[in-house]
Amino acid sequence: MRRILEGSRAVAEFVALCRPKVVCAYPITPQTHIVEDLARMLADGRLDAGYVLADSEFTAASVVLGASATGARAYTATSSQGLLLMTEVMFNIAGMRLPVVMTVANRAVSAPINIWNDQQDSMSLRDCGWIQMYAEDVQEAGDMHIQAFEIAERLNIPVMVCMDGYILTHATETVDVPGPEQVDSYLPPFEPRFYLTPDDPITLGSMAGPDAYMEIRMLLHQAMQKASQAIVDSAARFAGEFGRFRGDLVEGYRDSDAEVLLVSMGSLLGTMKEVVDELRDEGHPVGIIKVRTVRPFPRNQLHEALHNARVVGVVEKDISLGLEGILCSEIRSAFCGASLTPNISSFVVGLGGRDVRKRDIRKIALGLLSDDTCRVEMTGVDHEVLWSAHQIED
Amino acid sequence: MSNEQVESRLMAYGHTACAGCGEALAARTVLEAAGRNVILTNATGCLEVFTTRFPRSSWQVPWIHSLFENAASVASGIEVALKALGRDTGTKVIAQAGDGGTADIGMGALSGMLERGHDILYVCYDTEVYSNTGYQRSGLTPLNALTTTSPTGKMSWGNATRKKDLPAIVAAHGAVYIATASAGYPVDIQRKIKKALSFTGPKYVQIHSPCVSGWGVESHLTVRMAQAAVNSGLYPLFEMEDGEIVRVRKIKRDDLVPVDEYLRPQKRFAHLYRYPGGDEHVKQIQAVADANIERYGLLG
Repeated sequence: MRRILEGSRAVAEFVALCRPKVVCAYPITPQTHIVEDLARMLADGRLDAGYVLADSEFTAASVVLGASATGARAYTATSSQGLLLMTEVMFNIAGMRLPVVMTVANRAVSAPINIWNDQQDSMSLRDCGWIQMYAEDVQEAGDMHIQAFEIAERLNIPVMVCMDGYILTHATETVDVPGPEQVDSYLPPFEPRFYLTPDDPITLGSMAGPDAYMEIRMLLHQAMQKASQAIVDSAARFAGEFGRFRGDLVEGYRDSDAEVLLVSMGSLLGTMKEVVDELRDEGHPVGIIKVRTVRPFPRNQLHEALHNARVVGVVEKDISLGLEGILCSEIRSAFCGASLTPNISSFVVGLGGRDVRKRDIRKIALGLLSDDTCRVEMTGVDHEVLWSAHQIED
Repeated sequence: MSNEQVESRLMAYGHTACAGCGEALAARTVLEAAGRNVILTNATGCLEVFTTRFPRSSWQVPWIHSLFENAASVASGIEVALKALGRDTGTKVIAQAGDGGTADIGMGALSGMLERGHDILYVCYDTEVYSNTGYQRSGLTPLNALTTTSPTGKMSWGNATRKKDLPAIVAAHGAVYIATASAGYPVDIQRKIKKALSFTGPKYVQIHSPCVSGWGVESHLTVRMAQAAVNSGLYPLFEMEDGEIVRVRKIKRDDLVPVDEYLRPQKRFAHLYRYPGGDEHVKQIQAVADANIERYGLLG
């Protein structure tokens, strides 16, 4: 049914349709309405699950870990400082191969303290062993949650659904919310491969020394590599059921004959597509490559999508301080050893909720058309503010 | 011991604990009392390391270790999941951690578990030191004890603070049952575990568990050391229900010993008997014991 919903409320609807058995979250900012809505559904009897009010995000992650290990479909949500506080548990959940699903409503991290959107939080946790998917709009975010549970439980790898805080979580959009029968048919009840029960005792989380640790990590790495195909398959099956396919790890937009390709992820894509349409009307050969999955990293698909371009500009809302945008570095790795490599530049935009306007994207694209030198830039910086901040620092 | 007895142990022998480990003795006793219908969580620490070196495990019951500070949170997730899945048919959830994993780094998680009212028994094996990582001081290290982070020297008599009163903190949360116990009295541990598990709601049992290597005592002295702690008044054994003390293990007049009896055999207190002025610090410890005797009415 098509409904007009705020992003986080839409996600709550989709999560409830997945029938999680345990929901646990720490309630305050940087939390969203997702967990408040789930609590209300429980109070109204629309959702049948255990709901734990955690004393911190660290506990929230630990509770879903315990619930998942007991064989329950488990869900949590957080972002920003909350995600960083969870870091130790995030690695642990992945290492124990527990199929937890969480929403990350992407937001900036402190200092300076700032509650607004960028993607520094989840990008900083890209190595923790979770599948990471980035949604472009609310519909995709909702659909991704249904697919996320299916993928997580099939592969025993946890999945993080990343959606831009505020820009998606607090934006009201028309969303097609599927019926429960449809979701039940796509996503049957969770049947764990292993779980804690006195009927068949297992030991989980044992200590592995130098004699076995590396092999166990290698198995996780291999499972993650194999996940690429599973993600696409899952989306294809989803399309069969729901009539919507947005499952390729990498998606092109007006990219076939483009000399300049802009690469990005998340909600920036919407703005970028508008700018590219305008630039195309003006005769500029500019296109877009959207990265939907950061882990597993679609290296081959990106190489395929980008290798014919002369220039690539990676536009992202995160930075590896002292280097460049994180996604940009990873895209460079797709061309390691290639004889012909496009000139790849990094553009860091929109940190801490700074608006990314059409004219910022236009400036980046036109800049790359006129000067293809590889560079690292922060676009959209206010030089007056920069000057006064510098004075205070001195 | 017969083969049958060995095989029926829920925490199997063959683990890698030190000879004379008080925590191994206490944990085995806890599990024998709890029985098979349990799910255990375990904080990082000696108990986890010496029982589960991959690919072996001592645990004949479902057991999970996640991290150092979250044994109580993981247990909360298990308890809620069992209920949500309709599998809460008498299965007891027990969280286990050492003193550091409970009183220091795991304090927030424990507080949350207690406050939310989960039906979980939390067992703290109190070795009074971070045993697993090289004997550093924890919030339950006693006054004047030498540890690697409270060393003795010209300016120091060891740990300068008293043990955190954890049972009182747990009681303030409204835990339905609280007990202190001692590896020196395994039958008492069993009784208290069984009693704890007869209550619904959050329960807490803190077991004094000598760490032979951390305390610097001979491995055959584990039980004797634990008993001396109890019989000097340094480790009062009591039970609380709904915040009130309901039972205390009395020290018979003939069994009462001065704290010297407990302190002297331990290297962590050797400085008190080696350097001038040490007797004043022994007196401080005796004062702690005397205050316990008074507070809990231990003599009888």
